[in-house]
Amino acid sequence: MKSKPIWLLALLAAAVALPLVFPNPTITTIAVLTVIFAAAATAWNIFAGYTGYIALGHAAFFGTGAYSLAIICQHWHVPADFTPFALLPLCGVIAAVVSLPLGLVALRTRGHTFIVITIAMFFVAQLLAYDLRGVTHGSAGLSLPIPLWSGDFYNMPFYYAGLLILLLALAVSWWIRNSKYGLGLLAIRDDEDRALGLGVKTGPSKLLAFVISAFFVGMLGALWAYYIESIFPPFAFDALFDVAIALMTFMGGIGTLVGPILGALLLEPAQQLFAVYFGQSGWYLVLYGALLLVVILLLPEGIVPTIRKRWAQWTAARARSSPNSPAPAPPLPPSPTSQHPAIAARGEGGER
Amino acid sequence: MSMLEIRNISKAYGGIQALSACTINVEQGKITGLIGPNGSGKTTLFNVITGYERPDAGAVNFNGTPITNAAPDRVFAHGIGRTFQLTRIFPRLTVLENMHVAAPRNGSMGIFRRWSSAHERSRAIELLEFVGIAHLQGMPAENLSYGQKKLLEFACILIADPQVILLDEPAGGVNPTMTNQLADRIRLLNQRGVTFLVVEHNMEFVMGLCDTVNVMHHGAKIAEGTPIEVRNDPAVLEAYLGD
Amino acid sequence: MDLILQAAIIGILTGGVYALMASGLTLTFGVMEIINIGQGALVILGAYLIYVLEQKLHLDLFVGLLITMPLMFGFGLLIEWAFVRPLKRDRIMLSILVTFGVALVIEGLLGLIFTTDLVRLQAWYTTASFQVAGFYLSYIYVFGFLLSVVLLAALYFLIYRTKFGASLRALMENRTAAQLIGIPVERVSAITFGIGVALTAAGGMAFGATNSFNPGSSYDLISRLLVIIVLGGMGSLGGALIASVLMLVIEDVTAVIWSPIWSTTVFFIVLVIVLLVRPQGLFGQVAGRKQ
Repeated sequence: MKSKPIWLLALLAAAVALPLVFPNPTITTIAVLTVIFAAAATAWNIFAGYTGYIALGHAAFFGTGAYSLAIICQHWHVPADFTPFALLPLCGVIAAVVSLPLGLVALRTRGHTFIVITIAMFFVAQLLAYDLRGVTHGSAGLSLPIPLWSGDFYNMPFYYAGLLILLLALAVSWWIRNSKYGLGLLAIRDDEDRALGLGVKTGPSKLLAFVISAFFVGMLGALWAYYIESIFPPFAFDALFDVAIALMTFMGGIGTLVGPILGALLLEPAQQLFAVYFGQSGWYLVLYGALLLVVILLLPEGIVPTIRKRWAQWTAARARSSPNSPAPAPPLPPSPTSQHPAIAARGEGGER
Repeated sequence: MSMLEIRNISKAYGGIQALSACTINVEQGKITGLIGPNGSGKTTLFNVITGYERPDAGAVNFNGTPITNAAPDRVFAHGIGRTFQLTRIFPRLTVLENMHVAAPRNGSMGIFRRWSSAHERSRAIELLEFVGIAHLQGMPAENLSYGQKKLLEFACILIADPQVILLDEPAGGVNPTMTNQLADRIRLLNQRGVTFLVVEHNMEFVMGLCDTVNVMHHGAKIAEGTPIEVRNDPAVLEAYLGD
Repeated sequence: MDLILQAAIIGILTGGVYALMASGLTLTFGVMEIINIGQGALVILGAYLIYVLEQKLHLDLFVGLLITMPLMFGFGLLIEWAFVRPLKRDRIMLSILVTFGVALVIEGLLGLIFTTDLVRLQAWYTTASFQVAGFYLSYIYVFGFLLSVVLLAALYFLIYRTKFGASLRALMENRTAAQLIGIPVERVSAITFGIGVALTAAGGMAFGATNSFNPGSSYDLISRLLVIIVLGGMGSLGGALIASVLMLVIEDVTAVIWSPIWSTTVFFIVLVIVLLVRPQGLFGQVAGRKQ
């Protein structure tokens, strides 16, 4: 257990050093998009993973953030330096404000209906981006200021800004996971009515988690908009965005702290490589779809829970073969649900 | 004095009258039983008291305060805890985590407080020991046996120190040893001042435990009295044997 | 006034076609408790199949259905067997991801074969029109509507008048109980999924004959279909029917009296208002359990 902070520091150092060691723009471009998606998946997991409510409309908040920054930059003639980075939190707040009424409506429903309503909300948002031409210029899109810096350095500020948001989202996720509030969210995931009957303020709790995740996703949308310089409705409000972050989270392990990041680290580079090699051709979609199918069929529980289970089985087997040797400590961060090696006994997914 | 007053509660589902002008009093410091044939409205009454269902008419008062139509979390905050006929615990949380769900949050939904404090932890373990499942504290709750889940559900409410506990068939589907153990715990808590309202089909359990017994039939109370009085009431016999 | 009447008539006629596509989706949901988000891509696949038959074999669009509907039924069985049945936990969410994966593969393959150029199904009745109430209406709208009525009637007969339908309804009521009384849950589920996909083949034909389409048209379709089944109430066939007609009429009438730009937005506003009053949709059942 003592080695844990050292491991974390090493990982952090590697993440910070990455673009300095590999300044190749192809690699740093993939790195920028990967940290953005890792952060988005982490933020999504704060809501969907902890409460068990699967939202598939967060692209609406991503797009809101993106358009917020573009519109602010146009109206206030924001210079193309580091100022837009300072505006990211504001864009996050705008997305959070937008998410509040949407969450109020959607969270009156549960299960399948909730999922489909969030999808519908996403489509409304995309439609509005097309239709509110006065502010969004419709399908003509909006341009953002083009950054003053260039060359190999171009990706660096975006990478570090994304990394910072990722660390922030991770910290918030960790904090919530270990708070009374977070325990309430997990109780909602398992049995919402019972949680309400035990004094958990289920309505406000769910809404707050929804808004927090929208805030982060909105910031990321704004960062992404500045990065790609011009935005159009189908890309800022992209159905693939929701599927991507949900898939990353599921692949890594939904409801776990590091699962979403792990999923993003594996999937986003793969997706970018497909895009680089197959570009606009249909093969890109075929491969991505096939990857999606393979991941779900092979790893339905996600990587982190599968590893935990295997590890616990292994230690249990070792403990049986040599009863006197102390059981080795699990290598994974002890989340509140895994403080005991009895995780081995955890059965195939519970009822909801 | 009457701690929990249920007055003239009516509730209909479509054409079916689940409760019709049902009136029951729960005296402070007593163990009150609630029996009746299947479908006589016992669970519906529990749902109305704890805020899971809205009554069509009538009132529920707790210590003189009206709590009719209060949401489940408000009812719980007033000091009324309940268990469910089909035991409800949080399957993917550990036993210890289950114990903390009902712990008070004190504002801002507990964002700024760790999920467990040293004090809460020792209290939770104390309660788990009280019901005899402390050795399972690190286990995911879904891996518990049916009886252990019932005990956990029971212990879960105790952490909030409720004044009244409503038990919905606590002995249903549980082996006799555990039933006796549970009855012991209920008596012990009762001696410490906790009031109980118990729905149960196991007559031996009810008769041995309760101070007064209410009998429901077709959504209304048809008899009330000590276990012996109720046992010899012809109306009660008819309700169980008739129809 | 005539324009509004015209819009309303076209709304009802096309609404029937959407009802056909949405009924497959809501039926699959009701029986299997999964959402087939690939329904939009399957509609487009159905349209392209008919397109191929018409281009290569010069088959009439409606005759083509005799080939494509059984074909799509088999394809549905295959998808269910290969991707949906293996899902044991988190079925709702994983079914969405899996069927989305299927949709991406279909969209990609269609793009490789047909490119992204817009095409449209051709037949004499897609160009010829007749006069009614003072305006011209293409025959395909009427034929498509009639096709939907016939197929929905057949579906109704299947669900309410046959032994298979009784098992299917039992599954919709209570999956576990159905299993306990010996209903072959897996087989009924697979066939239901197949029927849902076969219906999209017919829907795809009617859609492709009234709209230009390319492989990417599926997104717009699936968003509409999802909204329809939410508005109607998830798992309710009658709800899907009424919601489809409602959606198309509202859209078409808004387009006439206000602007086509706002037609879908107005419908979404109606949706939100309905959901505020009835979160479970017009004919849906309340989720969650009290006991």
